[in-house]
Amino acid sequence: MSTDVVSEAVIAAVRPSRRPRHLGRFALPTYSWLVIAYLVFPIAVMIVYSFNRVTSGLQLVSFAWNGFTFQWYRQWSNIPGLTSAFWLSIRLALVSTVIATVLGTMLAIALVRYRGKKFRGRTGFEQILFLNIAAPEIVMGASLLGLFVTFNVARGFVTLVLAHVMFSIAYVTVTVRARLSGFDVALEEAAYDLGANPWATFRLVTLPLILPGVLAGALMAFALSIDDFVTSNFVSGTNVPFPVWVYGASRVGTPPQVFVFGTVIFTIGIACALSSLVVAKKKA
Amino acid sequence: MTDVDSIPQAIGVKVNVRLENVTKIFDGATAVDNLNLDINEGEFFSLLGPSGCGKTTTLRMIGGFEEPSGGRIILGGQDVTYRAPFHRDVNTVFQSYALFPHLDVYENIAFGLRRKKFDKSVVRIKVGEILDVVDLPGFEKRRVSQLSGGQQQRIALARALVNEPALLLLDEPMSALDAKLRHQMQIELKAIQHRVGITFLYVTHDQEEAMTMSDRLVVMRHGCIEGEGSPRDVYDNPATEFVASFLGASNLLAGVREATEGARTRVILTGGTTIRVPTSRLPSALGGPQLKVGVRPEKISISTSDVNSGDSHNQLRGRVKVSTFTGVGNQYLVETSSGVEITVYAQNIGEALAPRSGEDVTLTWPVEHTFAVVPTSEALTESEKSES
Repeated sequence: MSTDVVSEAVIAAVRPSRRPRHLGRFALPTYSWLVIAYLVFPIAVMIVYSFNRVTSGLQLVSFAWNGFTFQWYRQWSNIPGLTSAFWLSIRLALVSTVIATVLGTMLAIALVRYRGKKFRGRTGFEQILFLNIAAPEIVMGASLLGLFVTFNVARGFVTLVLAHVMFSIAYVTVTVRARLSGFDVALEEAAYDLGANPWATFRLVTLPLILPGVLAGALMAFALSIDDFVTSNFVSGTNVPFPVWVYGASRVGTPPQVFVFGTVIFTIGIACALSSLVVAKKKA
Repeated sequence: MTDVDSIPQAIGVKVNVRLENVTKIFDGATAVDNLNLDINEGEFFSLLGPSGCGKTTTLRMIGGFEEPSGGRIILGGQDVTYRAPFHRDVNTVFQSYALFPHLDVYENIAFGLRRKKFDKSVVRIKVGEILDVVDLPGFEKRRVSQLSGGQQQRIALARALVNEPALLLLDEPMSALDAKLRHQMQIELKAIQHRVGITFLYVTHDQEEAMTMSDRLVVMRHGCIEGEGSPRDVYDNPATEFVASFLGASNLLAGVREATEGARTRVILTGGTTIRVPTSRLPSALGGPQLKVGVRPEKISISTSDVNSGDSHNQLRGRVKVSTFTGVGNQYLVETSSGVEITVYAQNIGEALAPRSGEDVTLTWPVEHTFAVVPTSEALTESEKSES
C-alpha cells in the first residue's frame, strides 16, 4: 500500500505538466463542432420546418413554430408542379450521372495511361477540364442557351441531360484519376499474363480496384445534377427540374412540401455517402 | 504464326525459346541490341546483369509486354513476336508480385484457370495441388494483404505455375525478400523447378543468386550478351573483363602477349613478370597483343616462405597491405612490386601462421586457373562491378 503511494507520487512528479495539452484537447474539437454547426444549421432549419404546422389559409411556409405535424409528408404529392419537377430532377440526375460516370472514367483512364505520343494534346485537355470546373456556371448556362437557340434545339430533357453531363464529367474524371494514380500497372499486366483479354482485365481487375473512385465520382455527379439551378434555369423548357421550380415558387411563397423533398433528398444523399464510405473501406 | 522447322538442335535437347536478332529501341536509346539466345526445354536459365543492361526488357518482350523493334521471338517452334501476352503460353512472376488485392488467395491462383474455362471442380483440385507445391496448404481464403512478403512471393509463383506454362518468366522475384529468406527461397525455387519440369527464365542482378540456381546463364551489358554458359564455365572462364568483375571478384593484370608454346601462352605483365595462360583460354576476339590476365582470389595460395612451384604454377611476389579475418577465411590485399593490388581469399582451415600486414609474400596459382580477357576500353561503373 505504502509503496503504491510512493510510486504514485514519483510518477506525479515525473509526469510533465498536462495543462497545455488540456487546452489543445478542447480547442480543436470545439472549433470543429462550431464549423459543423455552421454547415448543418440551414439543413436543420429545413428539416425542422418540414414538420411545422401551417395555420394561415394559404399553405405556405411560415417561420413561426405552430406545432409538430406529419401533414406535409402525408400530402407530399399534393402540389402537381412540384411533384413532376421532383421526378424530372431524379430522372435527370440518374441519366446524367450514368453518362458522366462512364465518360469521365474513360477519360480518367486515358489521361493516366496515355502520355506523350500516344495522347497528343493531353496537357491542353487537362487545362480544359479545370477550366470546365472553374468557369462560372452562369457563363456556361448562358452560352449553352445561346448554342441551343442558334441550332434550334428544343429545350427539354435532352438539353438538360447534355448540360448536366457536361458539367459533371470533369468532377468524375478528377476523382477517378486520383484513384488511378496509385494503381500498379503490373496488376493489369498480370491479368493479361494469365490469359485475360483487355475487356476481361478491365472488368475483373481495373474496375473493381478503381470502383471506390468511380462511385465517389458518380455520387458527386448525382449531387451536382440534382441541385443544379443556374444551368438548368437556362436550358430547361416548359418542364422545369426541382430547383428551378422551387426558385419560381419562392417568389410567391414556398409550400412546405419543398422542405419535405429537401429533407428526403438530403437523407438519401447522406445514405449514399455513408454506403460509399463502407464500400471504400471494404475495398481498401 | 510461321512455324519454324529448321532449328538445329543437339540430340535430346529441345529448344524452347529462341531469340533471333531481337532489338528494342526506346526513343532512340537501344535497350536490347541484336540479341540471339536459345533456351532449352526444362532449363533454369538466368539473365544476369546490372540495372539498365536490358535483361528486364528482354523478359518483357518474351512475355509480350513490349514489342521488339526488330527480330523474332520463337516459343515452342512458333513465332510469337507480335502476339498479345494473353495469347502466349507464358506466365510471369512479377517483381512486385502483382497479386490482385481485391481477390483472396484462391481467386488469385484460379484467375488463369478460369480464363481457360476449366471446370470448377478441376480448378479447386489444381489450386489445392499448387498450394501444396509452394508449401502453403490451406491458404485459400486468406486475403493478399494478410500475407508476408515471402508468402506473397509463393502465391505469385503458384498463380503462374498452376497454368502449367511452357515457360515461366521470373522478374527479380526475390529483390523484396530479406537475405535469409532469399537463400531459403533460392534452394526451394530450384527444387520446385525440378519437380514441375517447366522452363524457368530468371532475371536478376544478383550474381550469387544466378549462379546458385541456374543451369545456364547469360551475362548482359548495354543490351548485349557478354558471357554465356553454365555458371561454372562463365565464372571460371569469363569472356570479357566485365563478366570477370561482375560475376564474383577477379584480379585483372594488364599485360602483353608474348609467345605461344603449344598449350600455353606467355604473357608479360606491365611490371615485367611472366605469366602463363592456357592457350585455349585466350579470348578468340583478341585484337592486338594487349590483354588482361585474370585469376580468381580463391585460386591463389599465399605463403610467407619462398616457394618454388615450378612449371605448373604462376607466381607473383608482393607485400600484404591489408589482412582481414572474415570467419570462413582470411582476405588479403597484396601489393605487387609493380604496384598492382591483388585480392586473395584463404580458407580458414586452421593454419597457424596467417601472413600479417607488411609481410612479404609469394602468391602462386595453377596455370590452368589463369584466364585472359580483352581489356575494356571504358571504365566499369560502380553498379557494374560485382556486389560481393
